[in-house]
Amino acid sequence: MPEPTPAPAPDNAWARIRKDLLKPSRSQLIVAVVLLLFGFAITLQLSGGRDQRYTNLRQDELVAMLDDVQAEARRLEGEITQLEVTRQRLQSGAESSAEAREQALRRLDALELLGGTAPAQGPGIRVTITDRAGKMTPEILLNTVEELRDAGAEVMEVNDAVRLVTDSWFATVDGQLQADGVRLGSTIVIEAIGDPETLSEATRFRGGLVSTIEGERVGGTARVVEVEDLVIDSVVDPETPRFARPG
Amino acid sequence: MYAIIGLAIGIGLGILLQPSLPPQLQPYLPIAIVAALDAVFGGFRAYLDAVFDDKVFVVSFISNVLIAALIVWVGDLIGVGSQLSTAVVVVLGIRIFTNVAHIRRKLFHA
Repeated sequence: MPEPTPAPAPDNAWARIRKDLLKPSRSQLIVAVVLLLFGFAITLQLSGGRDQRYTNLRQDELVAMLDDVQAEARRLEGEITQLEVTRQRLQSGAESSAEAREQALRRLDALELLGGTAPAQGPGIRVTITDRAGKMTPEILLNTVEELRDAGAEVMEVNDAVRLVTDSWFATVDGQLQADGVRLGSTIVIEAIGDPETLSEATRFRGGLVSTIEGERVGGTARVVEVEDLVIDSVVDPETPRFARPG
Repeated sequence: MYAIIGLAIGIGLGILLQPSLPPQLQPYLPIAIVAALDAVFGGFRAYLDAVFDDKVFVVSFISNVLIAALIVWVGDLIGVGSQLSTAVVVVLGIRIFTNVAHIRRKLFHA
């Protein structure tokens, strides 16, 4: 590279630098002012560049970035819509399955009462039959139970021990009345949950339970009491059907 | 000595004041700084060549900065701002390298 002016001796250069560093001339003041502006400008750029990422971009770059952001926003909005639809579907699914579960539980309660596998309580009547002469027959008891069922008895129990369900039976074994294999003795207590008035009416009509038992054939006594809150604790173990299957 | 002190004071002021540039001038500052860098190295080279002159230095510094900013501004007006600023940076970069090479030869004979 051609040098425009004849170079001073190299030692001379370092010596001049040292001299000017130690004893600055006045002309350096102007250089100092200019360099001050220079340093100021550099820090200005460095500090300004930190928080203004987009100010140095040109218009077309900004337009492209804006397009990108808008496309991204549209994509995300579509995603939001999709997710909301999914959420609604899941929510309605959860609600309907909860509904089905509740219905199943209600059916289970009803079937447990009907099948006699769960204890029950409610208003009803208590029929106390005293049969000193021992002339009660299974037929009379069966008729009594049928009458009570007709009158809307939902849960029935004999002597606080035998829950009457679909396969209950009455019989005379060795001259003793039995229900589902349990001896009944001379005092038979039948408890029935249902509308107390209807039930007690059903026992009192002419030719019904009370008149049959207090008539000449049996010669016993029958007392009917309406009870506000009857508790029936006895249950039966359901037998697994051998032949029937749910259809 | 004064020169180094001035540079240090300028940087210190900038850090202390944290000034913010008006946004209209923002794109021209980097180019102006490169132009100023060129002027500074050119001045140091002239100093080593013993032909340094205050007036020439100040005028070249200011005109360098202004012309660089002006070129970019015109480029922005006619839609080639980014290309022109690249061009200015390349040209000034070559000049800076030339100056620094000269300084290096003067100081280290290499």
